[in-house]
Amino acid sequence: MDESSFRQLWRSFATLIREHKDELNELDAAIGDADHGSNMDRGLTKVVDALEASPEGSLRADAKLVGMTLMGTVGGASGALWGSAMLKFAAALPDAPTVSWADFVAALDAFVQALAQRGKATVGDKTMMDVFIPMVDELQTALTAGEPPFDTVRSHAREYSERTYDMVAKRGRAAYLGERSVGHVDPGSRSSALWFEALGAVGP
Amino acid sequence: MKKIIDTVETVVDQALDGMVVAYPEYLMRVPGTSVLARAVPKEDGRVGIVSGGGSGHEPAHGGYVGYGMLDAAVAGEVFTSPTPDQVYAGIKAADHGAGVLLVVKNYTGDVMNFDIARELADGDGIATEVVLVNDDVAVQDSLYTTGRRGIAGTVFVHKIAGAAAEEGADLGAVKAVGDAVVANMASMGFALTSCTVPANGKPTFELADNEMELGIGIHGEPGIERVPMMSAREVTNTLFQRLVGELSLARGDRVAVMVNSMGATPALELAIMTAHLNEFAQHAGIVLERVFMGEFMTSLEMAGASLTLLRLDGQRATRLGAVADTPALRIMQR
Repeated sequence: MDESSFRQLWRSFATLIREHKDELNELDAAIGDADHGSNMDRGLTKVVDALEASPEGSLRADAKLVGMTLMGTVGGASGALWGSAMLKFAAALPDAPTVSWADFVAALDAFVQALAQRGKATVGDKTMMDVFIPMVDELQTALTAGEPPFDTVRSHAREYSERTYDMVAKRGRAAYLGERSVGHVDPGSRSSALWFEALGAVGP
Repeated sequence: MKKIIDTVETVVDQALDGMVVAYPEYLMRVPGTSVLARAVPKEDGRVGIVSGGGSGHEPAHGGYVGYGMLDAAVAGEVFTSPTPDQVYAGIKAADHGAGVLLVVKNYTGDVMNFDIARELADGDGIATEVVLVNDDVAVQDSLYTTGRRGIAGTVFVHKIAGAAAEEGADLGAVKAVGDAVVANMASMGFALTSCTVPANGKPTFELADNEMELGIGIHGEPGIERVPMMSAREVTNTLFQRLVGELSLARGDRVAVMVNSMGATPALELAIMTAHLNEFAQHAGIVLERVFMGEFMTSLEMAGASLTLLRLDGQRATRLGAVADTPALRIMQR
């Protein structure tokens, strides 16, 4: 992946979040506090501006800028998680204008480990981990077999997000609802699926 | 949505400026941040206390900045925890060379953002400790989940830990005082209406005229159980008995109580609840030593209230009664 694709990924993600802002707020209203779309939108608007204002150099520098911007503008659990995990993602990337898909997916693995450490959630807890863990697994499996299957990345991420519908939330604010959280898709998993949708769009 | 705002994006920023205009003798805004700090800083060598969280809980948290309570309050967007850089700015404003205690309500986002801020403070050699407030007994505590959340009882932590810091207690001791408050405190709330987050434009949930929601948090989120509407007597009794059970209060125990409006419930109705509270406490032989009634930790314009009971011992009672002078809470020595 080269730097312009990486920047395109974040612009696409920002556009998708903007388009789905109301949907994300409504998902959050059902089991949280109705602002996930607004918070992510605020942060990603700043990310797009920050990347625009920063001269091209390396994916690592861009990823660090994305992480710092998200951490400083999104707020809530999402800001802390996306922000600190993007900083780990950046640290795991080689400092180069272009990185291999193997490097990219390895950095994504570091991203997921950072999420796990900070958020202490795992698959089945009705969080963004329900999308990130299986998706990164899939990407790793696909890589060892050849090219990452970016066509399936999009639909699969959405499927993993939909699976949170039946789950009882164990982490985050939705966890206070217990059984009442069943029957709603987790908004954090939905926005995470949108990130993979953006990735699918820039993939080979 | 019918709100007195200009733009959704500027709500918090403008409100922070307004607080400083209203209370210049108490508050200053740390430039370029969402931190309100004491206009007259505490003397050097005393432990600083920082609290904060999402906005929408006014007078929390900026209203508790002042002598005897907080040194700085960090405001996030409405119902969204502040970011680590902002919390860190609050820590720096509150540091007077003896370390800083962070009062954090147990919400995933608050815990994470305050944790990252502590890592930043570590890098600068500022010692920090955390008191995690989780007074809401409506939520089941469990090792495997997020656990109970923090609600109105947080104000008691500000007050009592704040008094200990003014006395000159060291960081470990102030934390221990705060932890003991949390261990002896229980809260629970209810809602008659939800509230409208400005960024979302419509109420977070709907309640019919004959319904109320028990076990709500402080973010307009749904509660634990939807029940038919109760009278003031019934709902006060329901909450009181639940809290007494949680704290295993016995005849002769002394408590402080907070009857807190969620934002729209008027003082008239709070006073009816408070009168019932006295009746139930007398019946149970529990001594209501101090009553705090009013708006302390709100959820925008939600109608409803929460009840907090704090078990008192001699020291907690003294510290609760110690002089405090802040925009939202003033206590004169009796």
